[in-house]
Amino acid sequence: MDSIMDFIYLHRELVMGLVKICAVLAVLLPMVAYSVLAERKISAFIQDRVGPNRVALPLLGSVPVLGPFLTRLGIWQPLADGLKSFLKEDFTPNYVRKAYFWLAPAIALIPAFMTMAVIPFGSYIGTEKMVIADLNVGILYTFGIVSLGVYGLVLAGYAANSKYPFLGGIRSSAQMISYEIAMGMSVIPVFMLVGDLNLGKVIQHQSGGLFSWIIFQQPVAFFIFMVAAFAETNRLPFDLPESETELVGGYHTEYSSMKFALFFMGEYSNMIASSAMMVTLFLGGWTLPWFGLNANAPAEGGLWIGIAHIGIFLAKVLVLMSIFIWVRWMLPRFRYDQLMDLGWRRFIPIALANIVITAVILYLKHAP
Amino acid sequence: MNNARNNLTTVKRTELTFLEKLYVPTLWSGLKVTFRHFWNTLFRGKVVTMEYPEQKWTVPEGYRGAPYLVKDTEDRTKCVSCQLCEFVCPPKAIRITPPGPAVDPTTGNVEKRPKEFEINMLRCIFCGFCQEVCPEEAIFLQKDYSLTGVSRSEMIYDKEKLLALGGVHRGPIMKWKQKADEARKQDAFKPE
Amino acid sequence: MSTPTTAELKPAPPPVETIRIKVDGRELDVPKTMPDWQGKPQPTTMLQACAMAGLEVPHYCYHPKLPIAGNCRMCLIEFGTPMMGPDRKPVLNEDGSPKIARSVLPYEPDAARGAIACATPISPGMELYPSSAATKQMREAVLESLLINHPLDCPICDQAGECKLQEYSVEHGQATSRFVETKVHKPKQVDLGPRIMLDDERCVLCTRCIRFTRDVAGDDALGIVNRGSYNSIAAYPGRQFDNNYSLNTVDLCPVGALTSKDFRFQMRVWFLKETKSLCATCGTGCNITAGAREEKLLRFEPRQNDAVNGPWMCDHGRLNYKWVQREDRLSTVISTRTGSGTWTGVLAEVAEVLRNAPKGSVAMVLSARQTNEELYLLNKLAVLCGAITDSIAREGQGDALLVSPDKNPNSNGVRLTGVAYTEMGIQIPKIAAGIRNGQIKTLVVFGEDVTRHGLEGDVLSRLDHLIVSDVLPNETTQRAHFLLPGCAHIEKRGTFVNVKGRLQKFMKAVEPKGDARPEWEFLGELLQLLGRPENFKSLEGLFNQMAKDTPAFAGLEWSRIGDLGVNVKL
Repeated sequence: MDSIMDFIYLHRELVMGLVKICAVLAVLLPMVAYSVLAERKISAFIQDRVGPNRVALPLLGSVPVLGPFLTRLGIWQPLADGLKSFLKEDFTPNYVRKAYFWLAPAIALIPAFMTMAVIPFGSYIGTEKMVIADLNVGILYTFGIVSLGVYGLVLAGYAANSKYPFLGGIRSSAQMISYEIAMGMSVIPVFMLVGDLNLGKVIQHQSGGLFSWIIFQQPVAFFIFMVAAFAETNRLPFDLPESETELVGGYHTEYSSMKFALFFMGEYSNMIASSAMMVTLFLGGWTLPWFGLNANAPAEGGLWIGIAHIGIFLAKVLVLMSIFIWVRWMLPRFRYDQLMDLGWRRFIPIALANIVITAVILYLKHAP
Repeated sequence: MNNARNNLTTVKRTELTFLEKLYVPTLWSGLKVTFRHFWNTLFRGKVVTMEYPEQKWTVPEGYRGAPYLVKDTEDRTKCVSCQLCEFVCPPKAIRITPPGPAVDPTTGNVEKRPKEFEINMLRCIFCGFCQEVCPEEAIFLQKDYSLTGVSRSEMIYDKEKLLALGGVHRGPIMKWKQKADEARKQDAFKPE
Repeated sequence: MSTPTTAELKPAPPPVETIRIKVDGRELDVPKTMPDWQGKPQPTTMLQACAMAGLEVPHYCYHPKLPIAGNCRMCLIEFGTPMMGPDRKPVLNEDGSPKIARSVLPYEPDAARGAIACATPISPGMELYPSSAATKQMREAVLESLLINHPLDCPICDQAGECKLQEYSVEHGQATSRFVETKVHKPKQVDLGPRIMLDDERCVLCTRCIRFTRDVAGDDALGIVNRGSYNSIAAYPGRQFDNNYSLNTVDLCPVGALTSKDFRFQMRVWFLKETKSLCATCGTGCNITAGAREEKLLRFEPRQNDAVNGPWMCDHGRLNYKWVQREDRLSTVISTRTGSGTWTGVLAEVAEVLRNAPKGSVAMVLSARQTNEELYLLNKLAVLCGAITDSIAREGQGDALLVSPDKNPNSNGVRLTGVAYTEMGIQIPKIAAGIRNGQIKTLVVFGEDVTRHGLEGDVLSRLDHLIVSDVLPNETTQRAHFLLPGCAHIEKRGTFVNVKGRLQKFMKAVEPKGDARPEWEFLGELLQLLGRPENFKSLEGLFNQMAKDTPAFAGLEWSRIGDLGVNVKL
């Protein structure tokens, strides 16, 4: 017993890191599953439909009022979908490049999870900081990882060895690389304001009331970042790599069963990651300007405040997720040239201008 | 560019205003529309979906559903196995086995009726040609539109099934009965 | 074969005397006389003249191969003759052409009077109006009167689809009936004989059946009884209508009154796939049309060929089709030696046996039911093996009309291809003796049960190899070491030469069952295995090669035989 405690004491960093990773995944994976349900339900409501309302669990489904209510809500649908993904035939066409074909889904999913490492999803619980890796180059790490995500799609398109996936892969590489530039440029003013690359510091910077949130200081940066995030996650109106109507299914045309599900999970994980990033950079992270929830939770007796901070963070992420879904069911897909035009000829100049203007203002403000 | 020579007219694209070019007001109005529908559906119950097995559609008169055989009011199969429906059926869903040469004394004036009558409901396209061509008013497209089965063979409906589903047709014309009655009357008539 | 004409066989007739008439205003020269139903020259009738002008005059009672009765009145047409003056000189129009007097009713000079085209001879200068309004009106009236008591039960009538009453009603009739009174009901389902069922209500009293059975079949069994509206056809009291030609009346009947008990309610005629074939029941080789649906044979009907059978055929041949699709039909190729069940395997074994057989150790019994092409290939095989060949004669009862005493369809083919001598079967005892004394070790049998023709079971059991091809099982096929299932003639193409030396071809009506294949196909493969070039991909090529090699068929080509066949020198 003692030896275990000793081990924990000696390798506190490692153990707590593992615990936090498990906790984050335990929240993230259900969130992915239920964001699919949310997508289906919200799209149904937007289109005057009902949405998933059939899947019932044997025992819970027969509880008088609650059972039918949950069933109607489609609450068990993700379970059925997951099960279905496992049970479907995992088909590998014999003309594909097998190694890449099997690698691509993993590459699409893993970067999305890795982004989560540097995001501060709460203040403190006890003396433990609520972030898996408190990197002082947090944002650079994020961008580094996010740019890996494109490989999953490109590989999928290349490995499938057929025309539609190939076109989808090409489109995705062009699109994601283009918008990464705009995205990267859009956040530079944020760090100019904060003066630090650590994301925890960014949140600390925003803890001074509602108007200290960077969205109010840098609305243009927020707008560009959000649109670029749509593009990076291949969401409508930027879903050209998939575009069912022209490319059948784009890069994942040849995939089935769990491999397809991994792409699907990757997309939603990416959405969650981008939302979390937006919350951190622009929307005050885990802070709320009321009830004294601005400050870090104290080490003694601050457990509930710490938990509340995590809840606030998740709530903000969910609001952004809803906006992702809402926009998807409103806008039609861009034409490819319009997409490129928007990225290169509008957002990059605007982001550059934003950097210059911010720099000038900061210089004037702090001028001796 | 030489419009006069080519006799072409150039329609000028309308110049967009700055606000329109920004695209943001349009975005906003779109969001409003989708949100209005979302709200109305979720909180005011304006759903257009008909949840099929629980809610069912009222089948209108004259609907062309599955074709079934009918009996007349005297419980006789109206079909006389003329095979016109089999001939006219575009997807070849109907297959009739004629009775063959054996004389059945109980059939009276209608000497013929099918030995077997099968409709492959998987093939049937509900076009109604069989009903239209039938000289005996023996087959009608009725109101069934959702036919299910667990095997292909189960979806081939035989004579018994078709007659059971078809029910009775109450038409005023019963030409074979009338013919038989006339013949009986003439046989009974004895001139002085 | 007394009645049908054999005009084709006669030398070219001398130039014929013609009459100039007008049909629908068109001038036409028609011969003064035409052959009647017996082939004797008779004055040309209006109906024949109209046919020459390309116009069909509708008719029920008229049939070119029956005596003329003129009772249905359907062929009434309006006509006119050159007008004669009181001086017995033709009256002329102003332009000098003869004036035509249209025929009119004696006391109603405005109403046209028709003449029955089937029985009225033409005269010089006559004008026929088969398309005039008056003619149309006459047809409508006749048709209406014929339909007065007709039950209109087409949905249950077997004639529907090939019924003259239906056809003419569509073409010349009215859509609605004006008849509101009760129709006269006559007997239905009248059992006329073992093969014929009569429905008197449908009868139009054309008397074709009566005339056929009296004048052609020579069996005066039918007549009309009762009077007026109650007129009906009946068999002579206490007698059955059961002669061997009775089913021809079903074909003759223009409506659905006479029906074949065999085909009755079996299938609507519009579903039948009709194939030109031959009857293989006797040596006459009547031309037939075989009706089948979905590979099931349903009926044979005679096909008119005046050089062979006219428009008739006998009942026996007509009903002799059911054996082809019997359940116990041979349908598997098998070698009892190795148990091989594939054509390639069994044919290779057979080829091995024949290749290794010493000269003089092979005999062949080949049926005269095989086609000329098959016999030709079998003869090649026999020459290759140095085999002794023969066929089996099959004698039976003949009659004066069509049935031949020779019950083989291709006896002359056997002779012409050199498989047997003029007298068939004289080699059989020699073959039996050869088997008994051990000289003949291999026997090839095609289409015969040799156990009933002098090579009994104990003889066959002495053989080393028995190679049999047949359609139905029998004792010989049971004893076979190699069994090659063949086809009935209705399942393949080929040619027969009939007793009179007419070479006729027949087409395939249905697919053979199981492994069974046309004999000429696998014989070709067998010859190829034995190193011969006679493996033909098509029957046309095989026939043309046979015609080149066989003196009797010299100059013939498959494409030139035609549906009615050609005569060959016997």
